[in-house]
Amino acid sequence: MQWETVIGLEIHTQLATQSKIFSGSSTAFGNPPNTQASLIDLGMPGVLPVLNREAVRMAVRFGKAIGAHVAERSVFARKNYFYPDLPKGYQISQYELPVVGRGQVEIVLDDGVTKTVGVTRAHLEEDAGKSLHEDFHGMTGIDLNRAGTPLLEIVSEPDMRSAKEAVAYAKKIHQVVTYIGICDGNMQEGSFRMDANVSVRPKGQAEFGTRAELKNINSFRFLEKAINFEVERQIELIEDGGTVVQETRLYDSDKDETRSMRTKEEANDYRYFPDPDLLPLEIDAAFIADVVAAMPELPDARRARFQEQYGLSTYDADVLTASRALADYYEAAAAEGGDAKLVANWVMGELAAALNRDGVDIGDSPVAAAALGQLVGRIRDNTISGKIAKDVFAAMWAGEGDADAVIEAKGLKQITDTGAIEALVDAVLAANAEQVENYRNADPDKRPKMLGFFVGQIMKKSQGKANPQQVNELLRKRLDT
Amino acid sequence: MSLSPEEVAKIAHLARLAVTDDDKVALGRDLSNILDLVAQMDAVDTAGVAPMAHPLEMAQRLRDDRVTEGDRRDRYQAHSPAVERGLFLVPKVIE
Amino acid sequence: MHDKTIAELSTALHAREVSSAELTRLMLQRIKTLDPALNSFVTLTEDQAIAQATAADARIAAGDAGPLTGVPIAHKDIFCTRDVRTSCGSRMLENFIAPYDATVVGRLEQAGAVMLGKTNMDEFAMGSSNETSYYGPVRNPWDTATVPGGSSGGSAAAVAARLCAAATGTDTGGSIRQPAALTGITGLKPTYGRCSRWGMIAFASSLDQAGPMTRSAEDAAIMLTAMAGFDERDSTCAQRPVDDYVGALRASIRGLRIGIVREFMGDGLDAGVAAAIEQALNEYKALGAELVEISLPNAGLSVPAYYVVAPAECSSNLARFDGVRYGHRCDDPKDLEDLYKRSRSEGFGAEVKRRIMIGTYALSAGYYDAYYLKAQKVRQLIADDFRRAFDQCDVIAGPTAPGTAFRIGDKADDPVSMYLQDIYTIAVNLAGLPGMSIPAPHSGGMPVGLQLIGNYFDEARLLNVAHQLQLATDWHQQVPAEFA
Repeated sequence: MQWETVIGLEIHTQLATQSKIFSGSSTAFGNPPNTQASLIDLGMPGVLPVLNREAVRMAVRFGKAIGAHVAERSVFARKNYFYPDLPKGYQISQYELPVVGRGQVEIVLDDGVTKTVGVTRAHLEEDAGKSLHEDFHGMTGIDLNRAGTPLLEIVSEPDMRSAKEAVAYAKKIHQVVTYIGICDGNMQEGSFRMDANVSVRPKGQAEFGTRAELKNINSFRFLEKAINFEVERQIELIEDGGTVVQETRLYDSDKDETRSMRTKEEANDYRYFPDPDLLPLEIDAAFIADVVAAMPELPDARRARFQEQYGLSTYDADVLTASRALADYYEAAAAEGGDAKLVANWVMGELAAALNRDGVDIGDSPVAAAALGQLVGRIRDNTISGKIAKDVFAAMWAGEGDADAVIEAKGLKQITDTGAIEALVDAVLAANAEQVENYRNADPDKRPKMLGFFVGQIMKKSQGKANPQQVNELLRKRLDT
Repeated sequence: MSLSPEEVAKIAHLARLAVTDDDKVALGRDLSNILDLVAQMDAVDTAGVAPMAHPLEMAQRLRDDRVTEGDRRDRYQAHSPAVERGLFLVPKVIE
Repeated sequence: MHDKTIAELSTALHAREVSSAELTRLMLQRIKTLDPALNSFVTLTEDQAIAQATAADARIAAGDAGPLTGVPIAHKDIFCTRDVRTSCGSRMLENFIAPYDATVVGRLEQAGAVMLGKTNMDEFAMGSSNETSYYGPVRNPWDTATVPGGSSGGSAAAVAARLCAAATGTDTGGSIRQPAALTGITGLKPTYGRCSRWGMIAFASSLDQAGPMTRSAEDAAIMLTAMAGFDERDSTCAQRPVDDYVGALRASIRGLRIGIVREFMGDGLDAGVAAAIEQALNEYKALGAELVEISLPNAGLSVPAYYVVAPAECSSNLARFDGVRYGHRCDDPKDLEDLYKRSRSEGFGAEVKRRIMIGTYALSAGYYDAYYLKAQKVRQLIADDFRRAFDQCDVIAGPTAPGTAFRIGDKADDPVSMYLQDIYTIAVNLAGLPGMSIPAPHSGGMPVGLQLIGNYFDEARLLNVAHQLQLATDWHQQVPAEFA
């Protein structure tokens, strides 16, 4: 039997506001427990929520970034359930009328084919607190600092057909939310959390199979592994005559498996109803226009512009626009360096390798964009060769100063004085009379390869500083005439 | 309209209320009486009527995104039933 | 001195006939002597009261005083009061010391009012007799074998017994007006959104509204002036200016059209109450008002709709009482579920549990449309009825409650008959309109309340209409003999 996988994702993105969605508490990460839990976040008797404008603006920004309809009127509802990290006994969310309606994003698959994935909706809600299971004499500790942090829950259509597609979609959403500055995208800190709805069906069957919901996945790698494990599990189960039950499963990254979360006796009954403490959220055209006017350039548009403006290949443009920080870096370096393609090679080559090797974020690169641009400028103006530039870069990375300082300190300035190069050429030719003889007698086809020998000798003699182009020209003049 | 003890037990669990078997019978009767009262609404045709969630036709007001609350943990936890190292304690939560 | 209204006390305080400190001590002494018979207070804030009174005296001396400065009042124990126990009539909050002040409390303090203490109430404001309080029933000063009404029964009894000049109350389905009627005082439930709900422990958020309970319409105007107004901490609070309630009192009501609700004057209304209401309406005619008969065809469905909407909201609002962060927590919970279930079952009384159960049921999967959505549609029909009625009249008048105060224990075992106490008041909450209860002539020696209902934000007119009756009659000046 041929099986087809069907995947939909629900992604919770923490919005990068200063204060919480319904209270004036800070949303900062990592402070001592319950020091950012106000009366409202604690669900004290008598407290009331007031909605944060910036959270709404961010939700609208996302909606407009994915071409979605932004609801003129949306409603906050209460999702009722008991859990210690949920102080009020309900989560304020949006149910029937979300702020962002249907939209879509495009993902590029491994074979280069573009696929459109539908976004069903995105709605605003509040985050819960955290349960700490360290040992408090067999008790669990509750920290409500995170309670009330604004979330935008982005729900996709069940449009993905493989773990790879799901990862491509998740990365795309990650790219969009970080590009438009509504989420810091920090997965370790839980700013971007994924749930995957996974089912399988015989190829050709129209109806969906029964799905399992994989909860709280916080890396793209785990997303891929969790889905793959779950797909295998479901197929094996069905092929062994079993049936998939609709349930919530947890991915255990240590064991690389998914396991059922204790099925509670009662099915979840969240008893949603409109929150009477909040009024309908009305968003008018002026509000939307204001958000759109402040919208940063979106990744797809930027990629197209990079190809157009800088003459980059699709691949290069893709890589360089993968994150807003990288694209910003590249543009700043290109502006300084002058040769956009050469700068692109440096960013994707030497810089990317160094970042990767040392595990450094582009934002923390010890070689700033302008400094890299200056280095490329020194290649362009023949101050140094490309080869020497790599040594200069290494020195810059090590904190030895900018390109000019390193070149100066190490005496790496290229020899471009014709007289000096002539002297080098003549010395090398004199010392290798036999090879000169061979060259002159050789078939013209074989000569270019033989020329390399002399170039190598001259470069060695100049400690790499002779301008290779001039060396080549002079050599030919001497040998071919 | 009559609620069985099983239904009463199910609702009580959703509401996290403990009920004894005697409670279930008495509550079943009380709740059924209330539901009979509520059932009077069935007499009126509400087709096409917009549900009224709120008495006033106002839209949600928006707050500026400013941090206005500081750390008041000691004050807010002064009368909490079980606190340790700033955390509220509950019996072990098993996931 | 204790029998004076706010308006009279203010004059006396400003004339230095009495200091606020003296007045406050006098009232505290009265409470200690007389309240054991009533149980209207659950907490006395003596030290704080004396401190506030002293500060008020300084303000009066400095010429920086308003009409409430130095006037001793009480707060229903549903309002959070900083550093003072706020129990909401429940065991759940027996040891809850509120870490903040409700907006209404803060505003009255700003105005210079002196808080004597917190008044008893039905648990979480759920009740119409004050018998559901964990702290024992409140007794009606007119006959201590009878109830004072509820849920603001403590505030009503305290004002009627002259233990404080005025008190705050809250009204979700009649909880200010019905006890005001049963104890012979003046109670006003403002338009939904007129007073901030911040710090007022929620029962049913789309219905709850704070208001004053006083001895006269004039006092209600003074109190409301201080209590009302926009509050940025309450999303449902109206952003509109507060009218000049005191200034509007004097206007003539000649030509005023008073709507008499046909459906409210028929079956189910006690004959003595009906006669008293007739007498009050005749007085209005004598004052030049015109009586027009109106109809609220769907008002009969207000009790059924209310007993879906209010319990649904309360089931969610009261979920926060879980024994984790504050309030009652059971001993030695064996697991999380045990913590929840025992803490809540021990902390809540029978009526609260009933309403949580009803609300949980009404919102649960498969029943939402039949109950909650249906109730919201009926609510719309009721609001539409009022909208049409106000095309024909300026205010609506009728009985506040179907009878006078009943005996303690009489209805305690029959929730539904208790719910019918609010048959004339609930529609007003569902629509969000302002409503008042003012004394009509007694029936059988017990107070009767005349209910006045106004259009949205028309509190100034309601107070004016009430005040004009009180200028012409002495029904509001009756004092229960033992508390004179």
